[in-house]
Order: sequence, then structure tokens, then C-alpha cells
Amino acid sequence: MKIAVLVKEVPDSYGERKLDTTTGLADRGASDRVIDEITARAVEAAVSYADSAQDAEVVLVTMGPESAESMLRKTLAMGADSACHISDEALTGADLGLSAEVLAAALRRIGFDLVIAGDVSSDGTGGLLPTMLAQRLGVAHLTSLDSAQISETEVSGERGTYGGTVSLRADLPAVVSVTERMPDPRFPGFKGIMSAKKKPLETLTAADLGVDAQADVPRSIMLSVTQAPARTAGTKVTDEGEAGTQLADYLAEKRLV
Amino acid sequence: MAENNVVTFLPVLPNGELVGSAAGLLGAAGRLGSPVAVIVAAPGQGQAAAAAAGTFGAQRVYLAETPQTQSVLTAPALEAVAAAVGATGAEAVLVPNDVDGRDIAGRLAVRLPAAVAADAVGIARDAEGNVVHHSVYGSAYTTESAPTHGTLIVTLREGAVDERAQAAEPTVETLEVPEAGSAAAEITGFSENLQASTRPDLRSAATVVSGGRGLGSAEGFALAEQLADELGGGLGASRAAVDAGYAPNSYQVGQTGVTVSADLYIALGISGAVQHQAGMQSAKTIVAINKDPEAPIFDIADFGIVGDAFDVVPQLITRLKERAGGGS
Ligand SMILES: Cc1cc2nc3c(=O)[nH]c(=O)nc-3n(C[C@H](O)[C@H](O)[C@H](O)COP(=O)(O)OP(=O)(O)OC[C@H]3O[C@@H](n4cnc5c(N)ncnc54)[C@H](O)[C@@H]3O)c2cc1C
Ligand SMILES: Nc1ncnc2c1ncn2[C@@H]1O[C@H](COP(=O)(O)O)[C@@H](O)[C@H]1O
Repeated sequence: MKIAVLVKEVPDSYGERKLDTTTGLADRGASDRVIDEITARAVEAAVSYADSAQDAEVVLVTMGPESAESMLRKTLAMGADSACHISDEALTGADLGLSAEVLAAALRRIGFDLVIAGDVSSDGTGGLLPTMLAQRLGVAHLTSLDSAQISETEVSGERGTYGGTVSLRADLPAVVSVTERMPDPRFPGFKGIMSAKKKPLETLTAADLGVDAQADVPRSIMLSVTQAPARTAGTKVTDEGEAGTQLADYLAEKRLV
Repeated sequence: MAENNVVTFLPVLPNGELVGSAAGLLGAAGRLGSPVAVIVAAPGQGQAAAAAAGTFGAQRVYLAETPQTQSVLTAPALEAVAAAVGATGAEAVLVPNDVDGRDIAGRLAVRLPAAVAADAVGIARDAEGNVVHHSVYGSAYTTESAPTHGTLIVTLREGAVDERAQAAEPTVETLEVPEAGSAAAEITGFSENLQASTRPDLRSAATVVSGGRGLGSAEGFALAEQLADELGGGLGASRAAVDAGYAPNSYQVGQTGVTVSADLYIALGISGAVQHQAGMQSAKTIVAINKDPEAPIFDIADFGIVGDAFDVVPQLITRLKERAGGGS
């Protein structure tokens, strides 16, 4: 059983995140680059299955800048077997369509029984890529799972939807995406960190995957980026027994009640 | 003049009612052209939903009634939307940015193929075509995107568009949805959350009151409910409050929950972690009540009270009642 996990490097959402207002791209210098927290949960789901399975192999896959390699090394220490890094200047600023084309090509090349992704990335907030991959790969998708059960032949799970929770299942191969409600990622131990250094890590370009980033297909392009004025603190009072009344008066004055 | 059809996908609840996002989707569609609705419902439930779509401005409704909507994930809706796009030559397709909408958009974008714009907060037409507005990094930036050519697919953030289309008498066309192929997940069960609420929808409410871990217990969380009801507002929660079982998942405000579009947001016992701020920092006025003077929520609050929510809120409610009662 081969599980491919889609991990992504993102600007740390606990720090300040900046966009370059001329290029529209993330300002890489502005914040630390870390693994997207939800994709770390996707890795946890894969390695915890592998821990209990007969012979399961976990491959990490990412498309991202050169800097993403150290994220992959760190993540390999969680117990994945190998990693594939698609790194290519021509893919800078790739839209969802191009990203899906590249990642689908990589997944076909690697081979998989199950693909596990995060549901929504903290910088992209698209939540579309996993289903786009399923469509490209011709397999079922089970997206935004709050819980997942994996076996050698099928995957099942639950997700929240309008007015309730649905249970889903599909035969493998399939693409699933998981939410932040999945179990926390493990901390790699010393042994994991040491062995990660020697694990295979392949780097590929768009050309290696037969993808033409310039192809004349419909793309989404960014036209403009504007920074919203930073929010600032207003009045701050300490309650000395009258704050509730003060607040009611403030709201009334601002015509908010 | 060629009709500029804009196809919207309107999800229905298990009881056959349209999901709350319908009015905003049709409102946005009306801005770009002639709103067309696609509704996929269980047999016998479609006509009422189609009529409701008319009240929100649908000029035409493509209706598919199939039991598969309860047994196969995405595929019936995808086939229906694809058929409507084919029949109308739509230049834009709008779906709600929720789990089902995203699945449809993702598959359709690859299938057509078409450019897709995710998590839009607005959409407009200029001389060059359709321009989509986004709000990113928790509202720190706004961006505009556009497709290079072809049909544009948009997942629209719920509650982001206030505009409403004029009510219409839609023509309803029935669609036969082909049996789903093998590559679709099976829906094996559904459990309803029976929390029928009379409160306004969190995503679009003008006033939202949210409670956090600071409210201490499910009983304590009732404080947020009381204030929400006094203000006629929606009710939200932080992730910690959801995890602690004070409130259901669907109340979560933030990066991985709902983004509110409120005029007034009141946070009770919420520290204001970045992931929480991502869902509420664009509210016009933010009020925070927190015991800890260092809580980060105060950095973005227009009116912050360092104090115990259990002291401040009852007094606030009393005073609001006094004012409403004709007092000063
Ligand atoms: C991937 C990821 C995604 C996340 N997504 C979200 C999200 O979408 N939404 C979200 O909210 N969080 C999210 N979080 C969690 C987030 O980081 C915080 O842990 C969470 O927001 C904290 O909730 P809280 O403010 O209620 O709790 P706490 O941080 O514990 O704060 C409780 C506050 O209550 C105050 N307090 C205590 N008693 C009282 C009292 N009697 N009166 C007044 N104040 C009192 C305390 O001073 C404290 O500031 C996410 C985290 C991760 C890792
Ligand atoms: N560049 C990328 N490389 C690898 N995986 C990605 C990439 N972008 C998105 N993903 C995966 O797709 C999920 C949803 O991302 P998004 O559609 O950007 O919200 C993420 O949680 C990842 O698992």
C-alpha cells in the first residue's frame, strides 16, 4: 500500500504574513516558513496507519520553492519513507489549475493507492486542490474529513455538511482531504530525525513531469493586491463595576443596537 | 443582445429547503447577468426549492430530482451543473464556498477546463470581463483576480455578498442526471444535527456574539446566547469553546471556521489567537470582554473591557433593556 501525502510550506500564521503588493506573491522574507498545520495532520494520518499496517509506504509530495526542501526533511522525521519535491521557477505563482496539473503528474509518476491532503491551506484558503486532483486522476474524493479510517482496500470517514454529518466511503485508489479536527501531528524523536537525513528525496521540474507552464489554457491571474489598513486598538477600560453600562452606552451612541 | 447567463449551484437541506447561501449567490449572479439556478434534490423536494430560488431572483432553474443525492457524493450535482453550463453557455459559474460547493468547482474546473477563483468575497464586471475580489491572510489584504479566457468558476464566501436580485418567476427545466460513474464516494450515512435555531445565520448576521473558553462551561456559554438574543444577533464560538463542547462545530469563527461579515462583533472570553482573528477582524466594530489585559484580542478591539464577562454582560443586558424600555 502506497500513501502519498500532499504537504505544503506556508508562511507561519502565528507571525506576520505579507504579500508583495507588486508581484502579488507571498513575501518570503517577511515570515517564517513552516509546514501547513493541517497537512502535518495529513502526514500523521498516513504514518499512524503505516505503523499498524503490514507494508505501507508513505511518500511526501510538495510543489514549492527551494526552501520547501528543509520542510520536507523535517517532515520525513515524522516517519514517512521518502519525499518528492517539485521545484521550478516556472511554477512561481502557479494558479490552482497549473498546481493540480503538476501534482497530478507527480502522483501518477510516483504511483499511489491513497492520497491524503489537507482540506484547506492556511495561505491559499482554496480547498479545491484535492478534488481537482481526484478529477485528473480519475478516482473518488472524500474531502474535509473530520475522521478517517483506512484499510488495505478502502477508506471511509465523516464530514460536516449542511445540517449534519455525512459518512462516506470509497474503494481505493482515492484522494482524501482531512481537517484540523484530525489528531495532532507527532513530534519526531531523535531516531526519526537522524534517519530522515538519509531518506530519499527526489527533486523534479515541470519539464520532468511533462507539464508546460506556459500552455494556452484558461488560467486565473492576479490583477491587483492591496493591503488593508491595519486594525488598531480603540478604547480599553478596566471594569470597576460600570463597564457593562458603559458598553451599552457606547453601542447606543454608535447606533449599533 | 446575447443573454449573459450566470449559473449558480444552490444546495438544499435534507428537508428540501434552500441553504442560506442561495440569496447571496443569486444576488452576485444578478450583478453579472441573468441568474440561472441549478438545484439537485431528493425526489419530491425540488419544486418548492425551485420556487424559493425564484424569490431570490433565479430567472431559470435547472432541476434534477434523484435519490442519488443522498447516496453518491458530488457526482449528481456535478453532472447537473455541467449540463446547465452546457445548455446555457454560461460565462460564469458561482457555487458556495462550502465543502460541497468546493467539490463541484474543483471537478468542473478540470473537466471543462476553466479558470477557478476560490473564496471570493465579491465579483464585478468591467469592460474586460469578470473580476473577482478576494480577502486574504485573514483580511490583511484584498486582491483581484480574473480568468485569462473561458468560463469562470467562482466559490463565493458565504455571507460576503449583500446584494440581492429581484424576485422572478423562473422557468423550470427538468434535468435527467446520468448514473454516477464508479469514481465517486458513496454516502453511507447521515446524522442530522437537530439544532434548529431561530437566530440569524452567523455568516451574514449584522451582529455576532461569540463565546470562548473563558466562559468556562456549556452553562457559562449560555451567557453568549443571552447576549446574542438580546441583540438579535448570530452566535459564534472560538475553536477552544467548540473543542470543549460548549458549542457545535458549525459555530466556529476563524481560519478554519466561518468568516463573519458583521457590523458588530462581540468576543466574550476569547483570547484572540491569529486563527480566530482571521475570521472576524474585518467586522466593522469589535468589542472584547476578557479578564486578561494582555489578551491579543484587545489589539484589534474598538472597545475593550478588561473584566469578567459574568459581571459585565448581565449589566450590559440590563442596561440595553432599560434603553429599549423607553428610558434614556
Ligand atoms: C490549524 C489551526 C486552525 C485553527 N483554527 C481556528 C479557528 O478557526 N477559530 C478559532 O477560534 N481558533 C482556531 N484555532 C485555535 C486557536 O489557535 C486558539 O487555540 C483558540 O482560538 C483559542 O480559543 P479561546 O480564545 O476561546 O481560548 P483561550 O485562548 O484559552 O482564551 C480564553 C480567554 O478567556 C479569558 N477568560 C477566562 N475567564 C474569563 C471570564 N470569566 N471573563 C472574561 N474572560 C475570561 C482568558 O483571559 C483567555 O484570554 C486553530 C488552531 C490551529 C492549530
Ligand atoms: N503546492 C502544493 N504542494 C503540495 N500540496 C499542496 C499544494 N497546494 C495545496 N496542496 C494540498 O492541497 C490542500 C488544499 O490546498 P488549497 O486548495 O490550496 O486550500 C493542502 O492542504 C495540501 O494538502
